[in-house]
Amino acid sequence: MLADRDRIFTNVYGFQSWKLDAARVRGDWDNTKALLELGNDKIIDVVKASGLRGRGGAGFPTGTKWSFMPKEPKPDRPNFLVINADESEPGSCKDREIIRHDPHKLIEGALVAGFAMRARAAYIYIRGEYIREAEVLFAAVQEAYGAGLIGKNACGSGYDFDVFVHRGAGAYICGEETAMLESLEGKKGQPRLKPPFPAGAGLYGCPTTVNNVESIAVAPTILRRGAEWFSSFGAENNRGTKLFQISGHVNKPCVVEEAMSIPFRELIETHCGGIRGGWDNLLAVIPGGSSVPLVPAAQIIDAPMDFDGLKAVGSGLGTAAIIVMDKSTDIVRAISRISYFYKHESCGQCTPCREGTGWMWRVMERLRTGEADLSEIDMLQQVTKQVEGHSICALGDAAAWPIQGLIKHFRPELERRINERGGSLAPMQEAAE
Amino acid sequence: MPKLKVDGIEVEVPQGATVLQACEAAGKEIPRFCYHERLSIAGNCRMCLVEVKPGPPKPQASCALPAADNQEVFTTTPMVKNAREGIMEFLLINHPLDCPICDQGGECDLQDQSVAYGRGQSRYAENKRAVTEKYMGPIVKTIMTRCIQCTRCIRFAEEVAGVEEIGAIYRGENMQITSYLEEAVTSELSGNVVDLCPVGALTSKPYQYEARPWELRRTLTIDVMDAVGTNIRLDSRGRQVLRCVPRINEDVNEEWASDKTRHAIDGLVRRRLDKPYVRVNGKLLPATWDEAFAAIAAVDHGGSVAAVAGDLVDCETMYAAKALVRSLGSSLLEGRQTGMAYDTSSLAAVNFNTTIAGTEEADAILLVGTNLRWEAPLVNTRVRKAIKRGAKVFAVGPETELTYKVEWLGHDLSVLGDLPDTVAKIFADAGKPMVIVGGAALKDGHGAALKLVETLNLVRNGWNGFNVVHMAAARMGGLMLGYAAKGGIADLTHAKLTFFLGADEVDYSRFGGFKVYVGHHGDAGAAHADVVLPGASYAEKSGTWVNLEGRVQRGERAVFPPGDAREDWSIFRALSDVMGARLPFDSLAGLREEMYGEVPALRHEGLVSFGWSVPAIDGSASGTIGGYPIKDFYLTNAICRASPTMQRCSAELVHGETFAEAAE
Repeated sequence: MLADRDRIFTNVYGFQSWKLDAARVRGDWDNTKALLELGNDKIIDVVKASGLRGRGGAGFPTGTKWSFMPKEPKPDRPNFLVINADESEPGSCKDREIIRHDPHKLIEGALVAGFAMRARAAYIYIRGEYIREAEVLFAAVQEAYGAGLIGKNACGSGYDFDVFVHRGAGAYICGEETAMLESLEGKKGQPRLKPPFPAGAGLYGCPTTVNNVESIAVAPTILRRGAEWFSSFGAENNRGTKLFQISGHVNKPCVVEEAMSIPFRELIETHCGGIRGGWDNLLAVIPGGSSVPLVPAAQIIDAPMDFDGLKAVGSGLGTAAIIVMDKSTDIVRAISRISYFYKHESCGQCTPCREGTGWMWRVMERLRTGEADLSEIDMLQQVTKQVEGHSICALGDAAAWPIQGLIKHFRPELERRINERGGSLAPMQEAAE
Repeated sequence: MPKLKVDGIEVEVPQGATVLQACEAAGKEIPRFCYHERLSIAGNCRMCLVEVKPGPPKPQASCALPAADNQEVFTTTPMVKNAREGIMEFLLINHPLDCPICDQGGECDLQDQSVAYGRGQSRYAENKRAVTEKYMGPIVKTIMTRCIQCTRCIRFAEEVAGVEEIGAIYRGENMQITSYLEEAVTSELSGNVVDLCPVGALTSKPYQYEARPWELRRTLTIDVMDAVGTNIRLDSRGRQVLRCVPRINEDVNEEWASDKTRHAIDGLVRRRLDKPYVRVNGKLLPATWDEAFAAIAAVDHGGSVAAVAGDLVDCETMYAAKALVRSLGSSLLEGRQTGMAYDTSSLAAVNFNTTIAGTEEADAILLVGTNLRWEAPLVNTRVRKAIKRGAKVFAVGPETELTYKVEWLGHDLSVLGDLPDTVAKIFADAGKPMVIVGGAALKDGHGAALKLVETLNLVRNGWNGFNVVHMAAARMGGLMLGYAAKGGIADLTHAKLTFFLGADEVDYSRFGGFKVYVGHHGDAGAAHADVVLPGASYAEKSGTWVNLEGRVQRGERAVFPPGDAREDWSIFRALSDVMGARLPFDSLAGLREEMYGEVPALRHEGLVSFGWSVPAIDGSASGTIGGYPIKDFYLTNAICRASPTMQRCSAELVHGETFAEAAE
């Protein structure tokens, strides 16, 4: 179990005030000027050395990402930092806790990260449904401006840095980094083609880095406590601490900060009071938010909760939004509901996702009731393969993977439903002669 | 210059080329729906997926991927085949199977590509999507259930037409293409989205259910609705032209055409003059050709004969009339119907010297008294392209919406002699400065504009930035044939016998003599004439036209003139016999040889070199530009005025009338 002294998010449950005074007591904004005085490249080096991987799902090394930004931005093309707080992945709820209880960690991180990548300003794109959270964030940014922590001569460092908060309008796709940039520019939220990558041409055509809230919020603490401290947690290549969000059939669902690579069983036993009905009652787990394939109980129980460990069992860490399902779950219905979500949230720009998500959901609905033919399971598998890897952004993949996971691990259940429905139909009546 | 391999074939492509272009260079066909050479890259249809090494282990959209050195591209691997079949299947699951009644049938990208790249059967057993129709105006008919969301129409409206009025609403499988608030798209180029649409979602409203493409005879000719000389193809069945579509000519119209060019053709079968008329006791009565000719021959003209050319006539007609006038002992010719009398001693000074395509390269543009959007819509799109490349545009004249950002310098012509410092500075720094003079400024501002040639250094090595925009297809050809009197039309009004060659904009009350109208529509000219001789419209004769940049272009006859109407040159030939002044040609070829003898520049198709010289005109300018000559884009000539489609466009788009649509 992670020791309390090693926690980065010390107010994740909101036991203390989120306001600037309380945040300062917790150590935020403590001589931030000194952090900035490390210099741009030194900050990036420390973050690189810490082994921090992006917390938004893809797990790209954060320091490396920052280093892609131009070292000498042109006056008419400033660098920008965009912070992705459009936390819409079903199961994810960590950014929300950070923003409503510890917003100054995020704002300080924005300044530090923005300074490191020579950004002119940071845009925090917050999910539209997060109304109270946005209110807190607006107020916190105002506090920071009022205290001279950001704005002109931020923290007395001589560096000018603005933080803008932008509220989304309720579209999941705007959490995709380039769709977020489109949305920030006031356009229809649709992912852009890559290349060019945002580091080359992002927001308003300027070099931009898009980072998750958690990746940014942990940066100041990493700088204060050192890369060695951060990299002392977790397995090789999966360093640091992480906010895990456990929901579903555990006794005490929670958001908790833990070391990376903690085994699933330990995580659940330590923080969630075990599986509802005991470990034998565990059916399957979706370990990284709705877009990753599910993992059946036997494979997940001893798996380390990190990027590589979950990849080894055919899934992914994603945002570490762990959805636990016990044996009372109608697993086909659960996946069908996820499928509906992706059909509903597809932006409609590119063909495979626009047409494929609806098709997959409709077949899933029939599989749920067994109103299908056995051959349609294979057909569905093929359709998911036709979507996966053919779309502009990863939403197509995200829509395909849960279904692929279901077919891979629960094919007998699908066949049972079809056979049962077929067998339960009354036999054909023969006409009397 | 990246070098790469496509299916083992090594190709070298220009820097910045895409993998798709590299594949084409290697002779490989890449299917596509959203990609279009003249629009930005969307990459959303995913039909052009290819396998690329090095790269991620999934297919890549070749339209959006830059070609790079040492790439290996595969277009025939199982991965690519599966990808194409998959995309094709996705596109078809929600596409209706109404091909038998679809106007796009037979020339549909979706049909063709599903034959070539599809799987051949559907596995989709669910219900298909239906989408409500959207109103896009009098030109574009929508059947949105057929839409495959390629967004070409959106990109065309925004990038080429310059009106951000088409867009997508909703998301996912509910995404729909619509015009803003479902109002008519206020662009004079809206018809082009019909050509761009790869399926039958956007089709031509006036042409709906008219014909199948394989019934049509295709004739290549030149448009006469404006002076751009759009290269067109007239599709006809029997004796009627059913459709007009643009041909590709990079120097003139790229592959666009204005709505007037496309849709005025339904005026070709309405209000036509199909027999001669002679005025008896103040009333026009039908007559035979002999009677009509006799009435003309009976005029005692005493050598006082004139010819006024209309805006649409071809060089052959003008030459035949000129020859007749000359053989009757006169030289009174004029084509500038509205009474303009600008100096024509140097044709270069009234020509669009930069050329239409050259406009794209300009970096500073001054518009003087021209509403380019209406006077030459396809030159306007070039100005838009120049702006995209960094050009600054200024304008003198009443403010109007030109679809791009213009700095207006007021409507007082005296500003030409005293440009604001900021403007003068931009022109001084410009490498390719350009001045475009429109009809509204030619009268008072021609000299002042010509003076800018010197002050702004418009003519330099390899660049001529002085331009005049004409609005009549016949203008440049007419000027070359000498249809310009020194005092303009005023010099002709005393003639005892005047031939009007489809001239409908002229003020007939000024002409006292005998008036013969040779034309194709019962418009203003026919109403005032003493004798009406039915001629052929541009679709009904082979002819030569010279566009505003001095480009000689020839068109072919698509259909025959209706009733007793004849080709114009043959009318003058026959009339010359009756009048005792026989013209020395018996065929169009013979006429052309004569014409070439007199104006050799007309012999060869292509740009005419007028040689740059500045006529001696007073360079001072005064007066203001009160308005632009075109008051209604859709009703500028007799054909348009007879066209129900153009009348509807005018009522709806210019005069703001609303039309109730029947619920379907």
